Amino acid sequence: MSAISREEVANLARLARIEMSDAELDHLSGEMQVILGAVARVQEVASADVPPTSHPIPVNNVVREDVVIPSLSPTDALSGAPASSEQRFKVPQILGEA
Amino acid sequence: MSLNYDQAIEKYEPTLGLEVHVELNTKSKMFCGCATEFGAEPNTQTCPVCLGLPGALPVVNKTAIESSILIGLALNCSIAPFSRFARKNYFYPDMPKNFQTSQYDEPICINGFLDVEIESDEGNKVFRIEIERVHMEEDTGKSLHVGGSTGRIHGAEYSLLDYNRAGIPLVEIVTKIVPNTGKYAPQVARAYVAALRDILRGLKVSDVKMEQGSLRCDVNLSLAPSGSGELGTRSETKNVNSLRSVETAVSGEIVRQANRLQSGEKIVQETRHFLEESGETRPGRSKEKAEDYRYFPEPDLVPVVPDNKWIDELRKTLPEKPADRRKRLQSEWSVPEKEMTAMVNAELLDTVEETVKLGADPTKARSWWLGEISRIANERDVVATELISVTAVAQIINLINQGELTDKLARQVVDGVIAGEGTPAEVISKRGLKVVSDDGALMKAIEDAIAAQPDTAERVRGGNIPAAGALIGAVMKATGGQADAAKVRELLLKHLGQ
Repeated sequence: MSAISREEVANLARLARIEMSDAELDHLSGEMQVILGAVARVQEVASADVPPTSHPIPVNNVVREDVVIPSLSPTDALSGAPASSEQRFKVPQILGEA
Repeated sequence: MSLNYDQAIEKYEPTLGLEVHVELNTKSKMFCGCATEFGAEPNTQTCPVCLGLPGALPVVNKTAIESSILIGLALNCSIAPFSRFARKNYFYPDMPKNFQTSQYDEPICINGFLDVEIESDEGNKVFRIEIERVHMEEDTGKSLHVGGSTGRIHGAEYSLLDYNRAGIPLVEIVTKIVPNTGKYAPQVARAYVAALRDILRGLKVSDVKMEQGSLRCDVNLSLAPSGSGELGTRSETKNVNSLRSVETAVSGEIVRQANRLQSGEKIVQETRHFLEESGETRPGRSKEKAEDYRYFPEPDLVPVVPDNKWIDELRKTLPEKPADRRKRLQSEWSVPEKEMTAMVNAELLDTVEETVKLGADPTKARSWWLGEISRIANERDVVATELISVTAVAQIINLINQGELTDKLARQVVDGVIAGEGTPAEVISKRGLKVVSDDGALMKAIEDAIAAQPDTAERVRGGNIPAAGALIGAVMKATGGQADAAKVRELLLKHLGQ
C-alpha cells in the first residue's frame, strides 16, 4: 500500500511553488492518502497481463504534416500576460527565491 | 601545488558522457504550425499550443518523427516499435506550459553506436561511442535577464521571455558512458560531436549551427583513481557551443576535478556552465532530481508506433555515411588526407564535389574553392558559395583545361563574376579575356622579344634553357598576360633550336 508522507507533500508544494501552512499540509497529506488508497485498490485488480494505460482509446500515430500556419500577433500573444515589456513576457526574478 | 593536465591524467582516469541537443530544421514547430525562423521579432511565432493556453491541443509534426527515426538509423540504433511522449514538469518560465513535452522511459530510438577516429601517438585510433538513446522533445523559450550588473540570471530584477523558440523540435542524443579514453578524452569528445554534426548535416535534418544553438552539447565527466575501476561523481557542463569548446570543457573539467580530489575535496554532482570567453566553468542552478520532474505520459498525444514499412522507407533515403563518403572521394580524387580535412573544415566538401560533378578537374576545383575564392570570401567575411556559383567555377575550370584561359586570366574572370558582371562567358567577352592562341600573333611577339634581347636569345641557343624565362616574360607582357605561358615556352624554344 502506497503512503505519502507529510514531507513528500511539502516537497511537492515546494516544486510547484505553492506556499502552504502547517495546517494545510496536515490536511492535504490526509486527503492525498485517501486518493492514493483508491489508486492502490485499482492496482490490486489489474493483473500482470494488463499493461498500464495512458490512453484509453487505442489510437496511434496521429500526426500533422510539416506546414506553417499563421501565428498569433505579438499583441494577442501577450494579451493574457500579467506583465510585458519589449514585446516579451515579463516575469519576476527567477533565482533568488527560497 | 596544483596539477596540470598531464599530471591529472596520470593519476586519474576520466569517464565521459555526452548529451547533444539538435534543433531540427522543420518548417513548423513540434506540436503546432508556428514557424521556426531563427532571429524573428520576439513572440511573433507563438500560438495557443506553444503558449500553453487552456484547451489547446498539440499534434505531432510528422517530419520531426521521421527526422528522429533517420537520426536513429544513421546512429545504428533500434527503432522502438512503441514510443510515447511524457510531461517533464518543472517550475521555470522558459516553458509557458510549466512542463516540457519530452520522452522519458520510452524513447523513439535506443542502443546505437558511432565510431570516431582521432589522431593518437600510435597513429589513427578508432573509439566506439555507444548511444544510449535518441529521444524527441521540444526546445524552450529564450530568457533575457534584466537588472543587476552582469546581465546574467544572478542579480537580475526580472526576466523577459520570448517564446518563438518554445516548441521547436529538439532531438536529444545521449551516449552511454564512454570509458577508457585516457588522455584522449578531450579529442574523443570533440571527434564525436564533429562526426555527429557531419551525420546530421548529411541527413539534412538540422542546420547544426553550434554558434546559433541549433546543436548544443552537454559534457558529463567524472574521474576515478587510475586503475581503480571505479566510477567517480560526475559534473555536467552545459552551454558548450563549439567543437573547440567541447575539447576545452573536457580538459578543463579533468584538471578542475583532479585538483579537488587531490586536495581531499569531494566532487559535487552539479550542473556547471561553460564560459566561452575563459574556457572555464562555473556552478549553475542546482537541478531537480529526476523524480522531482514528476514525469508522466502526455495524455494529449497518442503513442508513436512506427511500423517496419515506414522505417524501411526511411532507411532507403539514408545518405552515404560521411566517413565512408570522405574515404571514397579521397580515393576517387587522389587527395592527401590533409587536403580532405581542409575541405571538410572549410565546409567546402559538398561544393567541391558538385563542381567536380560538372566536369571540373578535382585538383583544380579544390584549389580554386580553397584558394582564391576562399581568400576573397574571408576578406569580405562571407561564405564562399555566396560569392560565386558552383556552375560558374566549373565553367571557368573547364575553360582553363581547354586552354581558353590561363590561371591569371581565370582570376580576372572570377573577379568579374563576383563583381556581378555576368556569367564567365559574358565576363570573358566584356573584358576581352581570351587566351592568345593564334600562333601567328604569338610568333610575332616572340620575334619582337628576341630582337629586343639578342644576348639572352643567344644564351638560350647555346643551351641555357633557364635564360628563356626573361624572353617568355617579355612575350607575356606584350600579350597582356593573355597568352598561355606553356605554349609560349614551347614555341620560343623551338624557334631558338631547343
